[in-house]
Amino acid sequence: MLEVSSVQRKKMTEPNALGFFGEYGGRYVPEPLVGACQEVEAAFRDAWSDTAFRQEFLDILTNYVGRPSPLTDCVNLSEDLGLRLMLKREDLNHTGSHKINNVIGQALLAKRMGKTHLIAETGAGQHGVATATAAALFGMTCTVYMGEVDIKRQELNVYRMGLLGATVIPASSGSRTLKDAVNEAMRAWVTEVEHTYYCIGTVMGPHPYPWMVRSFHEIIGCEAQRQVVARLGKMPDVAVACVGGGSNAAGLFAGFVDHPEVRLVGVEPAGGAAVGRGVPAVVHGMKAHFLQDEVGQVVEAESISAGLDYPGVGPEHSNLADMGRAEYYPVTDDMVVDAFQVLSKREGIIPALESAHAIAWVIENADDGQG
Amino acid sequence: MGKDEVILINQSGRGDKDIFTVAAALGIEITDNHINTRSLQAELTAKRDSGRKLLLPYVTAGIVGNWMDCVEAVIEAGADAVEIGIPFSDPAMDGPTIQQASVQALDNGITPHGALSELRTREFAVPLIAMTYFNLVFRYGNERFASDLAAAGCAAAILPDLPFELAGEWHEAAVAHGIENVLLAAPVSSDERLAQLVERTSGFIYTVSTMGTTGERAELDNAASVLSQRVKAISDLPVIIGFGISNPEHAVAAARASDGVIVASALMRTLLDGGSIDQVASQVNAMRVALDEAF
Ligand SMILES: Cc1ncc(COP(=O)(O)O)c(C=O)c1O
Repeated sequence: MLEVSSVQRKKMTEPNALGFFGEYGGRYVPEPLVGACQEVEAAFRDAWSDTAFRQEFLDILTNYVGRPSPLTDCVNLSEDLGLRLMLKREDLNHTGSHKINNVIGQALLAKRMGKTHLIAETGAGQHGVATATAAALFGMTCTVYMGEVDIKRQELNVYRMGLLGATVIPASSGSRTLKDAVNEAMRAWVTEVEHTYYCIGTVMGPHPYPWMVRSFHEIIGCEAQRQVVARLGKMPDVAVACVGGGSNAAGLFAGFVDHPEVRLVGVEPAGGAAVGRGVPAVVHGMKAHFLQDEVGQVVEAESISAGLDYPGVGPEHSNLADMGRAEYYPVTDDMVVDAFQVLSKREGIIPALESAHAIAWVIENADDGQG
Repeated sequence: MGKDEVILINQSGRGDKDIFTVAAALGIEITDNHINTRSLQAELTAKRDSGRKLLLPYVTAGIVGNWMDCVEAVIEAGADAVEIGIPFSDPAMDGPTIQQASVQALDNGITPHGALSELRTREFAVPLIAMTYFNLVFRYGNERFASDLAAAGCAAAILPDLPFELAGEWHEAAVAHGIENVLLAAPVSSDERLAQLVERTSGFIYTVSTMGTTGERAELDNAASVLSQRVKAISDLPVIIGFGISNPEHAVAAARASDGVIVASALMRTLLDGGSIDQVASQVNAMRVALDEAF
């Protein structure tokens, strides 16, 4: 069983009082949502410093989600590439991705706040499924906003959300993808703010969301750090994660950020490289890097993986990039499709296309790799 | 021509008018420093004090090719000021109609600079208020945007996703260029926050009539009236109700508790459905007449 004391150490820095990590973050929301964000922030601060809340969170992660997730040595691929590749297996969590960590945390918070209805945006459907799952678990109702285009691309997850009792509402404006689902969820939240909790799926949005979502995912990095050290007797040299909004990367990095000898690498899709090709913007309640045209209209991201199809990135990543603490590199869809097959064939592990971005970067950069 | 020759040139004019052209040709940036001198707040307050209820129609820049004619038409139909929507790709505060209007305008190729440059070519009889989202201002540059607003004849701006605690740089630029910064108040704003909003807004205070996004609604809810009363109790600023005003009855009902109304989606709906500028003008005129008769 996980113990609070073992995962409570503070890892990444806290944002300042206005919610900024360096220059990025903040709370750029319309007046009707200012109070709602303040309410979430106060509730989160209170809950996160309450040992009972954190123990309940960890109990659910243990007994329902199945944590700690294992650390797997990629024996065959390591030999092919001439390095030692280890995978932190968030794919083995209940519902099939890291997204559930954050959702359990936020749903518990919503319950503590007396909210009865969860809303969420989703791209690939993974976060929507995780939110629908938590709503079912805690006896709440759930509405998931999803771009019309994504609904077509991810029919299976739409069906899954329905099975779990959630209602899926198509976002039919703009590019009809994840960014528009976020707009739609924000609009819904404004209307129903009294009983509704907006469960954001990545480290984006107005303060306190980027900080809170990362905090709920820190368990990834904490576990991984202990597991690697237990097995190897030392830290890893590089910690790599794919970056859409950046939640799984933030969770992993949290375990290593204060060990400067560990390189932190975020891998973005070439068609959605918000850190690599974006510039600072104010969108979706935060200041962070976004892909946009010269006047500031947000442009669509294009990636083979729906979960990375987001034109922005969480503010803490913008800051880590500016500080030079983390590095961000793009990989192309072709490289990702190759990596997807390589891991499947060599290790018997079929990775999410999102995660395959991280694998593709490692293959590309291994001295003995095919890259 | 040789060493002892005298050459006479007729220096036919002075170059003041050309310095920006030359600077641009040389790649030098000079802020074209415009300052607005028209006070929206003074004009609205004076009209209100004379017993008139204020009517502020909204037009999305670029929704139709001749959108500026629409601005002119609503002014002739009785507008006291006009809100100019500068369309953004992700208008999270707007309902379906304004979203659609924004998409149509963006498809027509409108840009913030394009919209302001077009406005600059005309003079309007009432003050204009630019309404957009902060990212477009952030990209444009606070200073340059404020200056270009002033040049375009805008007396004020509404940036709904920029709460006052983060508005520092924009606020400074706006003040420097004489642009009033209109803040929104919502039914959920606490008394403490309302006091801060009233302190920091200028032009008027924009009260959101329903908890929600912009859009036509069948019925007006009571929250707006309650909120307007709360604002009136602590301030003398004009209080204008926006969101959900679709017809003359709504306008009259909302104006009972406030100093006037903003009407947006109902007008843009007409244009989106292929209606004419004349039709929009008659919608505005019907509201003007209803307001003047009722008060
Ligand atoms: C498996 C998986 N990894 C990564 C992501 C990207 O999100 P983030 O960058 O927040 O980790 C998603 C999003 O749907 C996902 O499903």
